[in-house]
Amino acid sequence: MSEKYHIKPVPTPGRFRHVGKYGSVDWREDCARCSNCVKPRCVFDTYRKEAAYNRDPQTSIVPLYECRACLSCVQGCTKGILAISLNPEFLAMGDDYWKPDIMATTWNQSDTGRVPVSGAGYRGRFHGFGFDSIWTDMSEIVRPTRDGIHGREYISTSVDIGPKPMRLSFSNDGKLLGEAADLIDLPLPLILDIPAWQVGGQEFARARLTTAAKLKTLAVARAAEVAGAPAAEMPFLVPLVGSEGLANVQTLLPQVRMVEFVDGAEVPALAAKAKAANPKLVLAVRLPLQGAAAERILQLNQAGVKVFHLGGDLHGCEVGVESPRHIKDVMREIHGRLVKAGVRDEITLIVAGGIALPEHMAKAIICGADLVAVDTALLVSLGCRVCRGVQGADHQEHCPAAAPKLESSYAVQRMVNLMAAWHSQLLEVLGAMGIREVRRLRGEVGRAIFKEDVEREAFGDLLSR
Amino acid sequence: MTFSLANSKAEPAAVPAQPAAADAESEFAVTRQVRPAPDRYRNALGKYKLNRSADCVACGECAKLCPEGVHVKPDGYTFTLRPLDHLCIGPDCAKTDHFCVAKCKQKALTLMRNPSVDAMGDPRWTADLILSTWHMAATGHVPTSGLEYRHGASGGGFDRMDFNFPAAPTKVDAATVDTTLALNRRNDGRPQVNIDIPVYGGGMSFGSVSIHTIVAKARSATAWNSFTCTGEGGYPDRLKPYDEHVITQVATGLFGVREDTIQRVRIVEFKYAQGAKPGLGGHLLGDKNTPAVARMREAIAGNALFSPFPFHSVYSVEDHKKHLDWIKEVNSRALVSVKVSTPTDVDMVAVGSYYAGAHIIHLDGSYGGTGAAPDIAKKNIAMPIEYAIAKVHKFLVAEGIRDSVTLIVSGGLRTADDVMKAVALGADGVVIGTADMVALGCVRCACCESGRGCPRGIASTDPELMMLMSLDWATQRLINLMNAWRERMVEIMVGLGVSSVKDLRGRSDLLTYTQAEAAL
Repeated sequence: MSEKYHIKPVPTPGRFRHVGKYGSVDWREDCARCSNCVKPRCVFDTYRKEAAYNRDPQTSIVPLYECRACLSCVQGCTKGILAISLNPEFLAMGDDYWKPDIMATTWNQSDTGRVPVSGAGYRGRFHGFGFDSIWTDMSEIVRPTRDGIHGREYISTSVDIGPKPMRLSFSNDGKLLGEAADLIDLPLPLILDIPAWQVGGQEFARARLTTAAKLKTLAVARAAEVAGAPAAEMPFLVPLVGSEGLANVQTLLPQVRMVEFVDGAEVPALAAKAKAANPKLVLAVRLPLQGAAAERILQLNQAGVKVFHLGGDLHGCEVGVESPRHIKDVMREIHGRLVKAGVRDEITLIVAGGIALPEHMAKAIICGADLVAVDTALLVSLGCRVCRGVQGADHQEHCPAAAPKLESSYAVQRMVNLMAAWHSQLLEVLGAMGIREVRRLRGEVGRAIFKEDVEREAFGDLLSR
Repeated sequence: MTFSLANSKAEPAAVPAQPAAADAESEFAVTRQVRPAPDRYRNALGKYKLNRSADCVACGECAKLCPEGVHVKPDGYTFTLRPLDHLCIGPDCAKTDHFCVAKCKQKALTLMRNPSVDAMGDPRWTADLILSTWHMAATGHVPTSGLEYRHGASGGGFDRMDFNFPAAPTKVDAATVDTTLALNRRNDGRPQVNIDIPVYGGGMSFGSVSIHTIVAKARSATAWNSFTCTGEGGYPDRLKPYDEHVITQVATGLFGVREDTIQRVRIVEFKYAQGAKPGLGGHLLGDKNTPAVARMREAIAGNALFSPFPFHSVYSVEDHKKHLDWIKEVNSRALVSVKVSTPTDVDMVAVGSYYAGAHIIHLDGSYGGTGAAPDIAKKNIAMPIEYAIAKVHKFLVAEGIRDSVTLIVSGGLRTADDVMKAVALGADGVVIGTADMVALGCVRCACCESGRGCPRGIASTDPELMMLMSLDWATQRLINLMNAWRERMVEIMVGLGVSSVKDLRGRSDLLTYTQAEAAL
């Protein structure tokens, strides 16, 4: 039996201030100094920890804002002088898509690498934009593809990137005719992508590459960003080539397994040159996420390119179109178009943009992607609040994810932890569905519940009134 | 000081007569009489805060003025007590002639929104819903103070559904509205089981919640001639006096399941899946597996207990039927309920369960649950119950078996209005869990899954925390909540011109669904 894939998390507390959701408000001037004080009785010991922090802010930064808003102190205080309020700094983080709760859960997962578990049921909106209008399916009984939680370790999250021959041909004496496929086998359906905006210098890109090597996946980076990286990490690098051509990556080509070109008229020629430098190289083209990309994919497929990296915007929407649609809709269209053209199984689709939570990975694959590319979430794991530099010129100085103060081993372990938690959660979703390998999830819209469809089916009579 | 029922002016709707208790004189006898059960904390939480400054001269005018009982100055007291601001109706009071803030000659009173309320609740269970549930549990009646007690603000499902009240409904006498529900429709020779309200309690295991919570649910179920469910943590001895109103759950972990726990009850429930974590087994994290819990579950204290998913002995409907036959053989008088979650093919699952011999099909939708669950499962796996009810009801009707099986639903039903909407969509009755927890004082801080468990002592087996709540108080809160819900259900049915829950079932023509998303 092949070695099981396991990501080892190591607790790595963030070296930045976690912004908590709740804070206590204390009208101390009314305090009766009674012997029945609720503060020492806090089940989570929040008051004592915060008092310790206030005395010496350098000692520990983790405990601040640990209040869970159980309101026991508010209701128990003899004089009724305590209140809990929402932290305005927490509410101000991120935007409509990258919500404060996403930051908080990403930080927690990066701290520990564990799956977030809580009680008291679901607490969010009924449905929402994009991925939040899809529910994944589950299976009530044992299916031949699963064996409950005891079979969880047998669920495969591997995907292949590269040209996939549709059939193999053999000679009369049983020898394989033609070349073996140059596939890259990744143990989890994600690669680490370049962030949507400039972050620091080399440090983050180097940490990303080391993380990819640890996870045995790939990291996309510009050659200049990873100059001097160890040779052992080169197989996990995907150099990005723009209109400047191959000059910057010429020395890397023999060491890497895949190269990615920004789409342009020169791509077929550059691809041919790269292939000449390393015949086993997998060639990928980076395209903006658009419905129209399907036709370009078909065109480039004819030219021998089989891997496509479709980049959406920060919120997972189309770029360069008047009314942008979400990955959920665009990927279904592109996937469907390639299926109709009879080439879907030859092609690998990587989708990027707006992959903020582990369920986004599963849902993007259900909508037709083979795998996803993660970018912003990696920054968030290091303390980024997705302000995108709006804090001004000194952003680089104060951003915990930015360059000068980023220590590689710390950054790598936090990103590894986050991916460990995501991997475990993907297993939960696949296990619940009774699907034993993520490759079978691609385009499986029948194993998902789309809000528009189920609403029409269940409430059709109500909607018609 | 006595608790004020100032907000509870509504006359109680007709309540069915208390059934003759098997042992009315027993120390375990419990009646469904509504009694005040005020908040167990020193400071009851309200939506508003009234602050009295040092300028107050304790003239007592505010106490005479306020009909809500916010201001209290007992005879012989020099000072007025701290305002009972949870009773305050807020800025709307300014339209009346008894607005204390305006009437105070010393200008010593200020009114503000309670900041803690903003830190409370979520779109599904808004602060208003929590506070109104507390009010109902305290008084036994729906609030009249302006709290929104009918729906949440999740922007979908029940929260976008409303009743289509006719302008001139068929006249129905509130006193004769029938809220009973018959649970056996198979005509298979097994006893009929009737409950007085179309609501019973969901499974919450010993371990996940305290023994006080479990027994209080059983006592309330006894008072209302309904049921509660053991969950999969075994059958505590303290439930034995309430056997007739307890459902034994057989779940995939088979924790604490014994022949006698199956034989002593009138309903046995097979839990195939649960809405809190569809497609995953039960979780009891190690911290909550105390020695007492471990004894009950025949496990080792401190170890996390993960139930497998699904039943490893069930690969088909035929295997499923063997399960049900096993229970029917062990207990010849029991009805069998099958609890499943809501996959895409939930309608087929329901039909399969019917043909396997289930008396009750219990659908547990994805947004419910009270236990520990991975956040990814709560939000993303399986469909919300609103869709599943309509799908399954229509499918059972099309298959011609709708009247041969009882369809019970759960998973995010928070209010009496939700119950009636579920019935109008096609359910026969509902199961609740979180609403009970909220009635006992839960603020939905979601901290119940690990450590010492619920800091408010509801979902905790910590010996100190569980004593934060007495059994008598908890029982009365649940009895009161059901009384308020029943009153509201009757009010809705009278408004719709429907005389029984049975007649409301499947009447989706009495519902409207707002397509535009509600503003939050």
